Amino acid sequence: MEFKFTEEQEMIRDTADAFLARASTSAAVRSAMATELGYDPQLWSSITQEMFWQAINIPEQYGGMGLGYVELVAMLEQMGRYLLCAPFYSTVCLASNALLVAGTEQQKEKYLPEIVAGSTATLAYTGAKGRWDASAIDVICKPQGDGFILNGSYRFVPDGHSADLLIVAARAADTQGEEGISLFVLPATSEGITRQWLPTMDQTRKQAQLEFHNVSVDGANVMRSRGSAWPLLQKIIDLATVAISADQLGGSQQTLDSTVAYLQERVQFGRVVASYQAVKHKAADMMVKVEASRSAVYYAACIADEALQGGVLGSQLAEVASTAKAYCSDAYFHNAGTAIQLHGGVGFTAEYDIQLYFKRAKSTETFLGDGTFHRERLACILLDVEAVA
Amino acid sequence: MKLSFSTEDEQFRNEVAAWLADNLCGEFEQIRHRGGPGDEHMFVHERIAWERQLHAGGWTCVGWPKEFGGRGVSIEQQVVFHEEYARAGGPGRIGHIGETLAGPTIIAFGSEEQKQRFLPGILRGEQLWCQGYSEPAAGSDLANIRTRARFCEESGQWKISGQKVWTSLAHESQFCFVLARTEAESVGHKGLGFFLMEMDQPGIKVVPIEQLTGTSEFNEVFFDEAVCGAQDIVGKPGDGWKVAMGLLGFERGVSTLGQQMLFKNEFEEIVRLAKKNGAAQSGAIRQRISDAYVGLQIMRANSMRMLSGGGNGELQKEAMIYKLYWATWHRNLGKLAMDVLGAESEVLDGAPYELNRLQSMYLFTRSDTIYGGTNQIQRNIIAERALGMPREPRG
Repeated sequence: MEFKFTEEQEMIRDTADAFLARASTSAAVRSAMATELGYDPQLWSSITQEMFWQAINIPEQYGGMGLGYVELVAMLEQMGRYLLCAPFYSTVCLASNALLVAGTEQQKEKYLPEIVAGSTATLAYTGAKGRWDASAIDVICKPQGDGFILNGSYRFVPDGHSADLLIVAARAADTQGEEGISLFVLPATSEGITRQWLPTMDQTRKQAQLEFHNVSVDGANVMRSRGSAWPLLQKIIDLATVAISADQLGGSQQTLDSTVAYLQERVQFGRVVASYQAVKHKAADMMVKVEASRSAVYYAACIADEALQGGVLGSQLAEVASTAKAYCSDAYFHNAGTAIQLHGGVGFTAEYDIQLYFKRAKSTETFLGDGTFHRERLACILLDVEAVA
Repeated sequence: MKLSFSTEDEQFRNEVAAWLADNLCGEFEQIRHRGGPGDEHMFVHERIAWERQLHAGGWTCVGWPKEFGGRGVSIEQQVVFHEEYARAGGPGRIGHIGETLAGPTIIAFGSEEQKQRFLPGILRGEQLWCQGYSEPAAGSDLANIRTRARFCEESGQWKISGQKVWTSLAHESQFCFVLARTEAESVGHKGLGFFLMEMDQPGIKVVPIEQLTGTSEFNEVFFDEAVCGAQDIVGKPGDGWKVAMGLLGFERGVSTLGQQMLFKNEFEEIVRLAKKNGAAQSGAIRQRISDAYVGLQIMRANSMRMLSGGGNGELQKEAMIYKLYWATWHRNLGKLAMDVLGAESEVLDGAPYELNRLQSMYLFTRSDTIYGGTNQIQRNIIAERALGMPREPRG
């Protein structure tokens, strides 16, 4: 048993740390988040052309680096720590994973090299109800020739207004829940799609609304398991859930580190504030949550690797994804909120970055289901009864 | 990262499981799942017999080096042993203080004569030990020990006087290791000695402490000029703190996965109950059951990190949070058990005060966040050692 990073994984983490410390500074984040696009195209170009991060989990046969989920998670943790504003999560953790899990061979051959080359992409499935399970899907697909016509709307789509490529879920008319789901891959500029940026409280992660009006998709763009693709989509969502938990872990860690650093400097009543036990105990509780989050995320990453490679432990994916997301969501929110409190008055200012973490904590908590959602999902597994209506 | 144990370790696992299946039955069936924390006072004689059975199979002191009669197995295999032992419902080890605390201390710091005299009795499961550390004025502040040790030139023996408290199994043990002050005017960590004492003597009196559970696993131990041979001090007079602290490092987390197996058994009992009595229909209870499950899964992953790390001398943060994390989790589980039981949680198995397993767990878990370093002490340690915040003033 070696449940720790290998030297190579440590190197990947340290490289990401060093790069982001230079590239994703507070000033860079604030300048990117103020735009509708939400990221600096030059930084994205450095990431894709120099660092080659977008290729991390794409197999070598499609031009990628062929690394695993643990490596990906090591990197995502640093992105969360530095509040990275970039279409990395949407492109890699949503779209690349979707292509790897549900793409046909032809689709992988066509689209994965485009992502490797620097194209952006995202996944849309949730409609206006804002749920994260199968009932969230309300775009309707009607068969037409060997393809479909899609009508309806998607909401809360990460980087949906700027992505080059879309992967979307839709259901057959008159179906409900997990039935009748198909997945499609199509250019975002396809006729009949209108996209609108949704200004959000957390400005570091952009969201969009997509309207589909008689969008025609031909057979080549229908992904695997046509008409019964929910299990594939669920797997994609679980993988994305593990990934967002890693972003939360990094954010939790940073709220702790910056709070302790501030407390060590701030003097009141002639002592540094860090010397007061009331404050120390809150910081200790924050560290417990960070380290527990870390154990949850790294374990989930190992299982995600197994799930992608068909290993025996892969069947635990749903459970470990919900475990990580339930815990990390609550931990990040708790830590960011406590961090504001421990910063005192300055924690409430726009000038200090802690407010940005507080907002990212909430947006990542909501995205793909909060703690309550994931605990109920675990309850269904554990208690083997239908969810309470 | 690799989550699995090696093929060799898995073979070892099978060997342990097979032996337990063959032996933990018949006369020992009644002590399966018994004698753990909160239940330590039960089935004492049967559990002593079980220690001997374990020894006959070569399963006491598996982590001790072979030269001292142990099995000399790796950390991984010790973990596996504890995990399988708990999975099989192995009873609380009545010899655990000797095996995991006294023995390793004697092996690390003791004299040849002490090793020969004390180790075989522990190994055979014949001699039980208790721990004489805490005192009425030395709880969280352990270094504030006041029990005195005076060397009597005439008899050539140490004479120990004072009081220890929270001493588990003192009434069943033949020996006690005692921290006492060898230098009368010394304070704090200095001037302490580490003594190996026989319990059966006129100068020692054991008085049980009745706990809120109505049972007595803990005792007060009074020392009135109790004697300890000159050869039975470990290290030199004044080295006691160093010896005592060295002991804390021995366990190295090998029993953590076993502990979680016990927790898992308790958790599963609560799940069964909730399904049976309909509590599993309640949204609030469902949330709490899942929350407990999340906590348990994370505890296991955290232990795997603990067991995989540490080689490079780095501070192991996952090890520093461990006590605070499990104790708080387990205390919450106790309350969850009662809330799942609902009104039935009040009703005892019988008069005068016969608790069922979950009631006993519920009440006993109030001590989890106190013994072995309270939650508050744990937070001080984390803030000071892991986060580098200023130390608390010490008197």
